[in-house]
This record gives sequence, structure tokens and C-alpha cells, in this order.
Amino acid sequence: MAQLSSNLLYISFFIYFAASLVFAISLLGKKWRKSDEETHAKKWGRGGFILSTVGFLFQLGYFITRWIAAGHAPVSNLFEFTTFFGMTMVFAFLMIYVIYKSNVIGVFAMPVALIIIAYASVFPSEIQPLIPALQSNWLKIHVTTAALGEGILAISFAAGLVYLVKKVNQEKASKSTFWLEAVMYTLISTIAFVIISLSFEAAGYSSTYDFVDNNDQPATVEYTIPTLIGPTDATYVSGNEFGPLVDAPSWMKGEKAAQKLNTLVWSMLGGFVLYWIIRLILRKRIGAALQPAVKNVNEELVDEIQYRAVAIGFPVFTLGALIFAMIWAQVAWTRFWGWDPKEVWALITWLFYAAYLHLRLSRGWQGEKSAWLAVVGFIIIMLNLVVVNLVISGLHSYA
Amino acid sequence: MSNKTITCECGHVNPYGTEICEACGKPLQGDLESKKLLNMRYEGSARRSQTYKTTIVDKVWNFFSSVKVGIWIIVLLLVASALGTIFPQEMYIPPLSDPSEYYRDQYGIPGQLFYDLGFHNLYGSWWYMLLIAALGLSLIVASLDRFVPLYRSLRKQRTIRHESFMKRQKYFGITNIEGDKPSLSKVKEVLQNKRYNVREEDGHLFAEKNRFSRWGPYVNHIGLIIFLIGGMLRFFPGMYVDEVLWIKEDETRKIKGTEEAYYLKSDGFILETYDNNDEKFKDAIEQSGQEVVAKNYQTDAVLYKQVGDRIAGTEPELEKIKEHPIQVNRPLKFDDYAIYQVDYKLNELQSMTFTLDKKETGESFGELTIDLYNPEDEYALDEGYRVEVMDYFPDFEFNDKGEPTTKSKIPNNPAFILRMISPEHPDGEVAFVAIRQNLEPLGENEYKMSFQNVDTKNVSGLVVRKDNTLWILGIGGAIFMIGVVQGMYWNHRRIWVRRKDDELWIASHTNKNWYGLRRELESITEQTGIEMPQDQSEQK
Repeated sequence: MAQLSSNLLYISFFIYFAASLVFAISLLGKKWRKSDEETHAKKWGRGGFILSTVGFLFQLGYFITRWIAAGHAPVSNLFEFTTFFGMTMVFAFLMIYVIYKSNVIGVFAMPVALIIIAYASVFPSEIQPLIPALQSNWLKIHVTTAALGEGILAISFAAGLVYLVKKVNQEKASKSTFWLEAVMYTLISTIAFVIISLSFEAAGYSSTYDFVDNNDQPATVEYTIPTLIGPTDATYVSGNEFGPLVDAPSWMKGEKAAQKLNTLVWSMLGGFVLYWIIRLILRKRIGAALQPAVKNVNEELVDEIQYRAVAIGFPVFTLGALIFAMIWAQVAWTRFWGWDPKEVWALITWLFYAAYLHLRLSRGWQGEKSAWLAVVGFIIIMLNLVVVNLVISGLHSYA
Repeated sequence: MSNKTITCECGHVNPYGTEICEACGKPLQGDLESKKLLNMRYEGSARRSQTYKTTIVDKVWNFFSSVKVGIWIIVLLLVASALGTIFPQEMYIPPLSDPSEYYRDQYGIPGQLFYDLGFHNLYGSWWYMLLIAALGLSLIVASLDRFVPLYRSLRKQRTIRHESFMKRQKYFGITNIEGDKPSLSKVKEVLQNKRYNVREEDGHLFAEKNRFSRWGPYVNHIGLIIFLIGGMLRFFPGMYVDEVLWIKEDETRKIKGTEEAYYLKSDGFILETYDNNDEKFKDAIEQSGQEVVAKNYQTDAVLYKQVGDRIAGTEPELEKIKEHPIQVNRPLKFDDYAIYQVDYKLNELQSMTFTLDKKETGESFGELTIDLYNPEDEYALDEGYRVEVMDYFPDFEFNDKGEPTTKSKIPNNPAFILRMISPEHPDGEVAFVAIRQNLEPLGENEYKMSFQNVDTKNVSGLVVRKDNTLWILGIGGAIFMIGVVQGMYWNHRRIWVRRKDDELWIASHTNKNWYGLRRELESITEQTGIEMPQDQSEQK
């Protein structure tokens, strides 16, 4: 059953990939067109939608079979949560597509969902037993609702990105073009991170070091990607004999700080290389290269979708990530609120979207300003997923 | 406040500061002939913050009524909250560590800075509290400033609106009437089919729907205010209890915080772990690098209630209320209280047993068991033999001066100074006895204490909690959600239709989602034969 489950996930991943391509084709009317533009977009758009739906059903199959195999809702560690987050994003996209029939959202939303699911694959995917704190019905209620809220909010990011790609003036370099490229670079770095992690894992890369930790205790650390940055005064023990090229700065003293910094540097370098390869091929900014593809996009509609996704996602997020979270925390941890980093970041996300809604509804921030806010909101959500779980340790560090 | 009022030509008396007559919609300020669109925010009603700006009270009110200020407070709270997560808060660092050293040792200079700025206790700091208070004030003032005049305006609005009011709406159009088309009754019917609430007066129509959605923001703000009040109430006595209760197997203890009314007995603590060879989980357990993964922490508890008053010096009379296995996620609940499984200690030392032996022959002259929580002064053994406890260190260590001392009252590392009294040594021989240690500080002895065994027990760490604010928080949260949905998913739309000679005027307004309003107007005009009103904001 577990094997079937992971096969279903693989299949859905490739179908999502195909769906992204089909949506892209629906947009690139000129080159591929055999019929007039409208029929073309309609035809390929429907194809993309059907593929996305089929992919979603396969992923649903993964989810259900894994649930049966594990005996608990598969949302209990980082691998399971991140895959599920990707799935809710696809689900949210499908809902939005049914309402607005917008192909261009698919072109941006499906690849983002794809990157999220790929990112999940770097975490251990074995079925884990539930520790006592997680043995509750609130696990499925709280986590799925929170993930759904975030999935819907992620659609507003996709819509915001479309808006910015269309509206940011690409004729000359500006702050806007810089930050838009920064967003592109971040997405590409995530892909680079996945590629680097999975390739070195496949190659069986490993080096082990001894060092002295913060409490002056001897400790050992295993690197699974080449060591650019090692722990302070580390000695090589076994495995691949590369590096470290430099020691981590001595003030960085968090748990496994050097290893995390090493991974970050690898991702950024990998992203840098990948980004510039793409830019050299395109011979212009990625934003500029994408712009012609979205020139016929109805920007008002995209702006509307971006707002609508927040309008739906915000209450769902509030319910799942704050209200249900508080109820469960009261049952499991004796208090509904304890300033655990994950709780705080859920509050930060909530405050941010509250500010977004006030700015939009009360101070008239629409269009470009609103699109930037949607991008920042998604960055906060990703920070909460990536940084808070991996870098800041707290009660939610389950994987 | 001033008693000044503005009387409109329609006879309605408006509060001072009103921009658009509440009743007929006639613009009361500016040029009547102006073509500029009316500012319809809050219906042009007299908001206190826009009207009175002189006194200190006015200024404070105006400050907190501003949405801009509210957003700034939100952003400041957001940034402050994020700062507090850079390093763990004080409550999450190891319990016995000294924060002034911990942050520097663990995180270096940034850690020291974090501590020096007081960020280790950020969420309890006065300035964070002040920010939350400011947010609460902003919620109240901003809501009142808008809700009261808006409510008045919408309640007083009349069917017939001033011509100038209609002309200066975003959507406005004129259709010539030819014969009986378009007919007012048809328009009315179509509007009613679209679930509009239609009023008719002298051949004029006023259609309105979803006015309740205008109250959504105020409802959700009320929910938040109730939530914040609920959060404050825990600081009042009697609302909130949070006590730690350590209880040993087979022990019965008063439950702290329950005013001595309840007692808890532990029938044992159970720790279960997953089978490392379990087919389903073995890969994950191996991958995690942990030796075992916990499956269950459980205290088999029995709850007792004291019957009648306790007479000093006697055991209380207890009545059994219920048995409940307290597990994580399954607290024992009674009255307003809940008891949670939060911690445990396995095999905690309870007592140590020794024999008094003569070194030379190995002959034993009796056995003594010392209760580590309550040692006796003296233990009588065989005739003529006894042992006196001269000193006891439950958690033994040497202090800076090299003297024996105890770290705590928990017998983690018990040590004794004992005087062994025998017929040969009526004044006794002194022995220092600790785990795997036997010293003779005052010279060599003839007798010794021989360690026999220890008795251990599992101890459950429980938390006793009462939180009478929870239901208030629940109500606040529910009201917030209702308000958000109410305000977000419906739109307040109004359509005015006015017959002027052989023209039919139509004007329309919505508080948000103009895109939706336009689609609805398109459908209405198509069905009635009215010309689609123009979006006047686009005509430049």
C-alpha cells in the first residue's frame, strides 16, 4: 500500500508537469496556433484543466492510500505536510479555474505547486509513527484546514505574479524589475536546492566531521552535500573527503547552524548558476521574457482573482491555523497559546493579510501595490514552512 | 460636542459635519452643480474624526480612528512578533539555565544582544502589551467612528434621492421613455427577482440588497475586542489556575489550585514505545536515529473529592469521583478543571536499604530502610546496635568550599552522614554513605554500612489548569468569523430609479466589487430595456 501510494504521487507529479506545459501552450497562442486565438486558448486551457484535475485525483489517491497504510492522516511530518500543501494549492487553483476560467493563473500556479511538491521530496518520506502529542483528531482537522488556507492564499501569489509580469515596465531596470527578478531567482533557487539534494543523495554522498558544540561537548555531524562551510574547527572523520573550504562564522551557534548555512549557500549558488544560464539563453530579464506571453491577459480579472483568493483564503487560514490550532493546543499542550515560533508565525501571517485587506478595501491599494503584497504574503507563508521548521526549533519541529 | 445641525432643503435635520443629506442625498458641501463623483465612503455621514479636530480628546480620537494608524499598529506588531522568534523565548530554554549566560553561550554576540534588549521575554514586555492595547483601542475607536454615523445614514435614507446625488454616482444613465417602455413595474419585478428589496414612492424606485454586509467589519472587530478582553481576564483572580503537580505511583495528593476540595491518586505511570521492528514504522524509526519512539504517556488516575470539612490533624474523608487514564491529548476533566499529562520521571529513588556489618567477620547486626523523602533521626537495630542520621543530602554535591551540600530536595543523588552505634563503640563511628561511596571521614571504623537495595517509583508530571476565559475567547472567535464572512462574501448594492418627465434616470452604488455590480446591471438593463448606465469614473 505504501509503495502504491508513492507511485501515485510520482504519477501525479508528472501529470502536473504536463498540465503546466499545456497551460503554457494555451497562452503562447502565436507559435502553436492552428485555430484562432480564442479557440486555441479555450481548447488548450480545457486540456490543462482536465490534466490538472486528473493529477489532483492521482494525488488524492496517494493521500488516501498513505492514510490507509499509516493508519493516520498523512499530514504529520514535513514531507507529508509539504506534499499536502502542494495538493491544496492545486485544489484551490481548480476551484478558481472553475469560477474564472483563467489559463494564465494555471501557467503560474501549477509550476509553483510543482516546486512545492518537489521540495517535499528532500525530506524523509518513510511513514512515521505518531508521537503522543499528535494522536488526536485535531491533527487532521487543524493541519488540513491550515494547509487549505495557505493553498488558497498561494493562488493569490500566482495571480499577483501574473499581474507584475504584465505590468512592471521592463524597458529599463528599476526597483520593480529587480524585485521581480529576485522572486524568480528565489523560485529557481528552490529548484536548484531540490536538484542538488536529490543528486547527491542518489550519488550516496556523505562526509562526517567531529567538532565541539555550544555546550563544549564533542559532537558529530554528517553532511550529505559537499562541505563548503564546515562547523568551527571541525575534524574530518570519514566519507567523501572534500572541504570544508571555510568555517562557519563563530557567532553562528544554533543547532546544526553550519550545516544549514552550507545547504543555503549551495542553494543560492545553484540558483545563481541556473538563473544566469536561463538569462543568457533568453538574453533578457526573465520577467521581460515572460511579459509578451501575458500581454493579452485581462489585468482587472487577474487583480480580482488575486483579491478573491485572499478573501477566501484568509477566513480558512484563520479557522485552521489559529482557531483550530488554539483548540488543539489547549487539549494537547494545556494552553491555547504559548508563543511557540510556529504559532507566532501563524499570527504574523494573519496580521499581514489583515493589513492587506485594510490596505485594499480601505485605502484603495489595488493593482500593482496589492500584487506586491500578495507576493510578500506568500514569502511569509514559505518562511513559516521552511525557516521556522528547519532553522528555529520549537514544538512544531516534527521532522 | 456641538449642538449645531444642518437642515437640508428636504426638511431632514442632519448632524453637523454631514456631507450628503442622510435622507435625500443632496450634497451639503461644495458646488451643487459640480460633476465630480460624490465621495460615497460612509455615505458622506458626519464622522466625529472628520468633524471635530481641536481638543486633545478629538486628537486622540482622530489618531486611533485612522485606518492608516491601525495598519501601522498591525505592521509594528507583526515585526515585533517576528523579532521574538529569532532565538527561543525564555520559557523555552532549559529550565535550570541562567538566561543571562544561556543566550551568550548558545548564540554568541547576537544572543547577548537579544537578551540585553529584553527580547527573551518579548511577548510579556510592557511595550508589546502596549502595542496590543493600542490595537484594541484602534479597533474600538475606528469602528465607533464609522459605524454610528453609517448606521444613521442608512436607516434614514429615503426612496427619493436628490437629482444631484444620482447624477454624481459612479454608475448613472438616462433612458428616454417611449410609450410605456421601459415600464417601472417591469423594472421593479426584475429587481425583485434579483432579490432586491424594492421601495416605491411617486413613481420612483429604490432597490437595495445585502445591507447587513456593511456591518461585517464592525461585527468582526467586536469579535476581536471580545477576544482581547477574554485574554485580559485571565489576570483576574479566580479565572485562571496553572499549577504543576508531581505525583508518585500509589500516592494520593491534594490537587493544588482547587482550594483543597479535590485529591488525586496515581495508580501508576505507563510509558509505551513503538516496536522498533514494527513492519510499518521500522524504516522511519531507523531513519530518525532515535532509539525508541514514544507511543503513550499515561497516568492512571483516580479523582477524589473531600467530604465535609477537614479537621486539623486528621486524614480527610475522601469520596471517589472517577477513574481516568490521563494521556497526552486526553486530560482528566472535572468542574472547571483539567489535569494534563506533561512530564514524567522513571525509577525515581524512594528509599535505600542498608545493613550494619562488622567488617572483620562480615556479620550483620540488622537492616534499615531509609525513606529518602522523610528520613528518621534514628534507626534501632539488634540489641545494642542503632544508626543515627547526622546529616542528609538528597541531591549531593560538593560546594565551592569543598563542603558537602545539596542541589535540591529531590533525592537524585542521596548521601548521608551516619553515626553507627555498637556495644564496642557506644559513642558511635561516623560514616559518609552515598551511592557507590563509603567514606570514613573521622578515621577507620570497625563497622560499615552495606548497601542492599533501592526502591524506586515512577513519577508523573501533571499540570492542573482552570481557564474560565475560554468560553469568552470562543465567543469572540466565533463572532470574528461570522463578521468576516458577513462582510466579505456579500456586497451592499443599491439602485435608484427616478422618473423625470419622459426620462428614466438610473444610478447605482456598491460598497465593493464593482465588477459584480456591472454584471448585474448588464443583466437588469437587458431584461428591462433600460440603457446600460455609464461608468462615469472612466469618462474623462
